Amino acid sequence: MPENPTPEIIEPEGAAQRIRSGKVSTRKIEHYVARLEDTPLQDVDKVDESAVPLSMWAQAWRSLRKQPLFIISAILILLVIAVAVFPQLFTHTDPTSCTLSNARKGPAAGHPLGFTFQGCDIYARIIFGARASVLVGLFTTIFVVIIGGALGALAGYYGGWLDAVLARITDIFFALPLILGAIIIMQLPAFRDNKSIWTVIITLTIFGWPQLARITRGAVIEAKNSDYVMASRALGLSKFKTLVKHVVPNSLAPIIVIATISLGIYIVAEATLSFLGVGLPPSIMSWGNDIASAQISLRNNPAILMWPALALSVTVLSFIMLGDAVRDALDPKSRKG
Amino acid sequence: MSTFDADRPLLEIKDLAITFNTPEGPVYAVRNAHLSIMPGETVAIVGESGSGKSTTALSAIGLLPGNGKVTGGQIIFDGEDITNVSDKRIIELRGNSIGMVPQDPMSNLNPVWKIGFQVKETLKANGLAGDNAKERVAEVLAEAGLPNAATRANQYPHEFSGGMRQRALIAIGLACRPRLLIADEPTSALDVTVQQQILDHLERLTTELGTAVLLITHDLGLAAERAEKVVVMYKGQVVESGPALEILRNPKHPYTQRLVASAPSLASKRLQTHSLNEAVEANAVEKPVHSKAGDDVLEIKNLTKVFKLRKSLGKSIDFTAVDDVTFSVKRGTTTAIVGESGSGKSTVAQMVLNLLKPTAGTISFDGMVMNEQPESELFKFRRRVQPIFQDPYGSLDPMYSIYRTIEEPLRIHGMGDSKSRQNRVKELLSHVSMPSSTMYRFPNELSGGQRQRIAIARALALQPEVIICDEAVSALDVLVQAQILNLLNELQKNLGLTYLFITHDLAVVRQIADDVCVMQHGKIVEHSSTDEVFNNPQQEYTRNLLGAIPGATLLI
Repeated sequence: MPENPTPEIIEPEGAAQRIRSGKVSTRKIEHYVARLEDTPLQDVDKVDESAVPLSMWAQAWRSLRKQPLFIISAILILLVIAVAVFPQLFTHTDPTSCTLSNARKGPAAGHPLGFTFQGCDIYARIIFGARASVLVGLFTTIFVVIIGGALGALAGYYGGWLDAVLARITDIFFALPLILGAIIIMQLPAFRDNKSIWTVIITLTIFGWPQLARITRGAVIEAKNSDYVMASRALGLSKFKTLVKHVVPNSLAPIIVIATISLGIYIVAEATLSFLGVGLPPSIMSWGNDIASAQISLRNNPAILMWPALALSVTVLSFIMLGDAVRDALDPKSRKG
Repeated sequence: MSTFDADRPLLEIKDLAITFNTPEGPVYAVRNAHLSIMPGETVAIVGESGSGKSTTALSAIGLLPGNGKVTGGQIIFDGEDITNVSDKRIIELRGNSIGMVPQDPMSNLNPVWKIGFQVKETLKANGLAGDNAKERVAEVLAEAGLPNAATRANQYPHEFSGGMRQRALIAIGLACRPRLLIADEPTSALDVTVQQQILDHLERLTTELGTAVLLITHDLGLAAERAEKVVVMYKGQVVESGPALEILRNPKHPYTQRLVASAPSLASKRLQTHSLNEAVEANAVEKPVHSKAGDDVLEIKNLTKVFKLRKSLGKSIDFTAVDDVTFSVKRGTTTAIVGESGSGKSTVAQMVLNLLKPTAGTISFDGMVMNEQPESELFKFRRRVQPIFQDPYGSLDPMYSIYRTIEEPLRIHGMGDSKSRQNRVKELLSHVSMPSSTMYRFPNELSGGQRQRIAIARALALQPEVIICDEAVSALDVLVQAQILNLLNELQKNLGLTYLFITHDLAVVRQIADDVCVMQHGKIVEHSSTDEVFNNPQQEYTRNLLGAIPGATLLI
């Protein structure tokens, strides 16, 4: 408790002792009483039983489903997921059957976007490349939420040395640029020789968890000081159970928002790493690899690079828009007035 | 400035209607409001939260929030219709002709500027700074009752206490000698003794300057004591207006009657002078009578809590929040701990709940020293002692439905199966007069008073013997507050509960407590029965506290 540098009581004590009798005006003041019909008296603190009960999530859903931003991004994301799961539904062309004689040719019947430098169908490669991007984004997000969320929640809730150690570790990770760090990790023999989707996911998780740990820590610190946490402790709930049952559920909103936005960012990171040649191996079809191999024909046939880049941008933008819409729904205060 | 005319109202509001546009459709915040303020007069608007009292006052200086609009009626200031006047004219009027003292002294001063600069800003904006701005600033601050004004002007807001900040805000409001000062709950965030001083000072100052004051408050006692005229608002409408003392002594509208009956500062006297039945009908609190034969269920001996305040690396100073506190609570009675902010009363409550380890001293519950018991013994103790907290918005988990909230204690203590727990939840809801359909709802759908009922139901779930109410009614409107106090009294009668009631409000204490401990700076300065403390206070501090209850002397 801070000390008051200035006194609260300023006047001499005696001044408080006079009897106060109220003021009487010299003017004539009319005594007006409203008619009871115009101002009906209602029950004190009446319970409104007519409305449908709504949890916080249900309320968020209600405001969410009316937002155009949410509808557009949700449709796009569902489409991308459908493409990733069932690519065969969207194209019958085999993306790996490439004929060099078709190289860099423009759109043709059955090949709406034309052909790459290697003579592969661009449209089919985009469709089949979605899976790698979505898998990397999804699994990185899941691992980041589990690791970052758990560490952040424990550090924020228990504080003390655990918190101090975690804060320093996250500082170290924040100081390392993602791309530079990822290049170094991907060059480690264990990673370099086994390049796969999983090596990319592990690398991105290593650099992604500190951000989520910080967000979770902040949300948990805010929630742990609430009266309902103290009330549960007074009921005899153990400290850890209070964390699991009350503190964590009340800290979920910012985690969900950040996780949604990060999913898009991880997809970009995967494309960046693949572009630089340290991400997915060339044997795996991905947008990043396609963009990288389209570099050589950029000047003459920019369309080869443009299409996978467009697919990547739209997907990432949808996740970021979804995150924004969810943030608005969960925390109406942050909405710009 | 226009000519001074003592018979023409300074501010007149006629048939005012204000509508807010919200995503859920228009909200008619104010309808048919009318009031008039004569030059030099003090008028108070009284109403509970959401009654439209602040909205009405803010409309007079064009400070309605962006989605609010005057949709009907007239606002006339000194003969000039300013209802739909240009922004330029309103800005001319602000400060110069109409001043404003906002509610929260903590957030209404800019923390990065010195106090003096913020006063000078006001003077400059109204072209009154002149050549000797510095002296003028000091003068204005000194008027508002700040000692060493010239030095104080060079300090930042964080160096000021709450009362001092409010004085600085009053200085800013009156700096340009406005003819009307709008004071929006100017002292609601302050302790009663500070509140009294500041209002006394404001009254003296405005009388000297001949400034009319529009005082907005939720406290009828305070309004009646400080204003010549009182306007009572309810659900956006003016239900009654007239001479302050007349309204207080002879309320005509049923809402005003309820308000007078429920106001703790007035009711505490009223209980002695008026018949109980009349008071009960109008939602007043009926104080129960307890026999003093019971044993001591709680015994607190030499309780001390020292906090270490970190000063710099490795160094800390001790701060004694609770200092050698000894008292006991008789079974089936209510003991109140009263004190101003920082007196250590809530720290005592947390230690009694065993949520905070005392530095020294013992807490015995039913003859057993609790603060040295292992966690397993405490678990049994927790069943028998339950808390109710102040903030009804913070004490219920927003993620839990009402059913889960009330069921949680039963579940933790493994009582009954899901069927019997459901019945118990229904029974508890009926104890606190809530319909059983409430159990499917969530806290965000309930009002503050209703949430507090749910908190009470949860506290009762384990059939405790002692309930610790930490400012349990302080955040509620008077009518709801009276309702909750009556509920607590009734539950005490039916279930034989013992209450330890922590509060800053002496008036509430009189309504429900059998014994009172008055705390100051961590020490108990007076400990006696309620009647004894109120009728024959032994300490200067207690007398000051009692004297500062607004309106306490008006209803005799």
